[in-house]
Amino acid sequence: MDFFVQLLINGVSIGFLYGLSAMGFVMIFKSSSVLNFAHGEILAFGAFLFLALATWAQLPIALAFVVTLAGAFVLGFVIERIFLRPLIGEPLIQVIMLTVGLAAMFKGGMLLLWGGNLYTYPEFLPEGLGIHWGIVQVPPVYVAAVLIGSLFLLMFGLFFKFSSQGIYMRSVADNQPAALSLGVHVRRVFALSWAIAAMVAGISGIVLGIINGINVHELSSIGLKVFPVVILGGLDSIGGAIIGGLIIGLLETFTGGYLSPSLRDIVPYIALVFILLVKPYGLFGLVEIERV
Amino acid sequence: MRTLRFRPCGNFKTRYREELAVFETDFGRLWAAAGLAALFVLTPWVTTPYLLYVVNLIGISAIAALGLNILVGYTGLISLGHGAFFGVGAYAAGILSVTYGVPFLVVVPLAGLATAVVGMVFGIPSGRLKGLYLTIATLAGQFIIEYVLVHWESVTGGTMGMTLPAPVLFGIPLAGDTMFFYAIYSTAVLMVFAAVNLMRTRFGRAFVAIRDNDRAAEGMGIPIFPYKLLSFAVSSFYAGVAGALWAYYMISITAEPFNLGLSVEYIAMVIIGGLGSISGAIFGTVFITLLNEGLRWVTDTIMNMGGVAGVELTLAPLREFVFGLAIVLFILFEPRGLAEVWRIIKSSFKLWPFSY
Repeated sequence: MDFFVQLLINGVSIGFLYGLSAMGFVMIFKSSSVLNFAHGEILAFGAFLFLALATWAQLPIALAFVVTLAGAFVLGFVIERIFLRPLIGEPLIQVIMLTVGLAAMFKGGMLLLWGGNLYTYPEFLPEGLGIHWGIVQVPPVYVAAVLIGSLFLLMFGLFFKFSSQGIYMRSVADNQPAALSLGVHVRRVFALSWAIAAMVAGISGIVLGIINGINVHELSSIGLKVFPVVILGGLDSIGGAIIGGLIIGLLETFTGGYLSPSLRDIVPYIALVFILLVKPYGLFGLVEIERV
Repeated sequence: MRTLRFRPCGNFKTRYREELAVFETDFGRLWAAAGLAALFVLTPWVTTPYLLYVVNLIGISAIAALGLNILVGYTGLISLGHGAFFGVGAYAAGILSVTYGVPFLVVVPLAGLATAVVGMVFGIPSGRLKGLYLTIATLAGQFIIEYVLVHWESVTGGTMGMTLPAPVLFGIPLAGDTMFFYAIYSTAVLMVFAAVNLMRTRFGRAFVAIRDNDRAAEGMGIPIFPYKLLSFAVSSFYAGVAGALWAYYMISITAEPFNLGLSVEYIAMVIIGGLGSISGAIFGTVFITLLNEGLRWVTDTIMNMGGVAGVELTLAPLREFVFGLAIVLFILFEPRGLAEVWRIIKSSFKLWPFSY
């Protein structure tokens, strides 16, 4: 029973993080239909920027966090402006390969700067944050992860619901030509969605870094874990990303705990193939209807 | 009518036969024959052993990239699992030759066939999916195959890998780069010949129709699912043959090289070379392999000179960075790849002194 509860807690926390990482991914896909293979690298960039600011520049943690978010925001904006904008309207494979190329560039660049070593953040979470209720033992990092995740989820929910930019973004996602004809600045929406997605990726990078340590390979591989999550939830559903993340996280930890640890990394992809065969547009995705 | 023109200076085709012809003029045929003769006779004599090794690698990769171009460039199905299929071919060759003692000449096509079957299994999702979703499905295929290669220890030897016996062809042992050069390039020429001609048949035209609009193709009576599976099979066959040759050439194999990075490398070859072009796949392979080896040479030279003081220059990250940069630059500035550059060069010769 202890083991089961522990796995459940781990699964939910990890799943929550997957969901958070997938959120930025979905945001980009929803507004500009770009499948971003560089998501894991942007995530790693956020984690490393925070590391550099917190340890080498010795900034206070709160300030470092804010600066990291700003940095990731700018990075997303720049990526969209330089690389993605010339490709609007180009065939799918060109856009996919561009993000694959970007991923290789970022990964190589980060490895040149930081190497393949494992870093850790200085301890800054208060010990009292952990939960100790009998057999329910939750370490502080997981509590922090879920808290930060929920906070930003709530903030983005409010942003999309009430702010004018958020409403523009939803309108572009819903029907691009209609939004364009009603005077929505679609290119600005693309730029903004990349910037916000990079920011979300930066947050998930920091949280993942707190839990697992910071390593270029580890963090950028999360970018590939995102695929089973978003396919399960539906490529264009933000809520679906969170639920998909939870399911994949639980699936992973329970397989790792009860079946075999080596199967753990592969089981999301096996699930992915079955989901694609049975329900290609996921649980909450919009079914595309195509006409010749 | 036989024509021995240098190049026709415009499009004077009046029949479909002429449109389908591989060589526009006999001059082109002559060039191709001369080029092949030069390749086979001269290359082993004028190259250093290291250079010959690079040439051999180009030959093997070209076969695999050609297969991927049939799938991606001609049928429009984006696969991120080609590296894994290449690995399946290598392991099939290992298992056949080590466990069953099958001779080289039989192993290579059999490995291709085995890979074609695996490719068809992972092509099944294409019955319902296309575009992004299919790409993600092949990505899953990549990870699943990689996992099986490492963990199915009783067959693949797990992380220890396999060691292949030296191949024997018609009683002559294939040893050394020169012998392999002939084996690899004979296969490559055969495979290029097959690919060029496959694209002129009804199958090739069906592939192109599916790429351009699959619903319309279905409406015109092309059963798209069997043709998509066929495209997966042909493409994986090429990967399998290349993988088998690679396994023999490398002697010992492990699952490590057949990762997502390799798949991306093949896609990059196809994109940089030019989608939907046989010559493009070859150009792309030459470009990427030379880029890889060039970078290795540059980093080695810098290391030998003592390097920049205090900076530890490592090969892998730099290679990855330049590799990504090359892909990005090509997509932004010449999305149709090196084949298009080559066409522009040729047509400016043709139209000289008038530029268009």
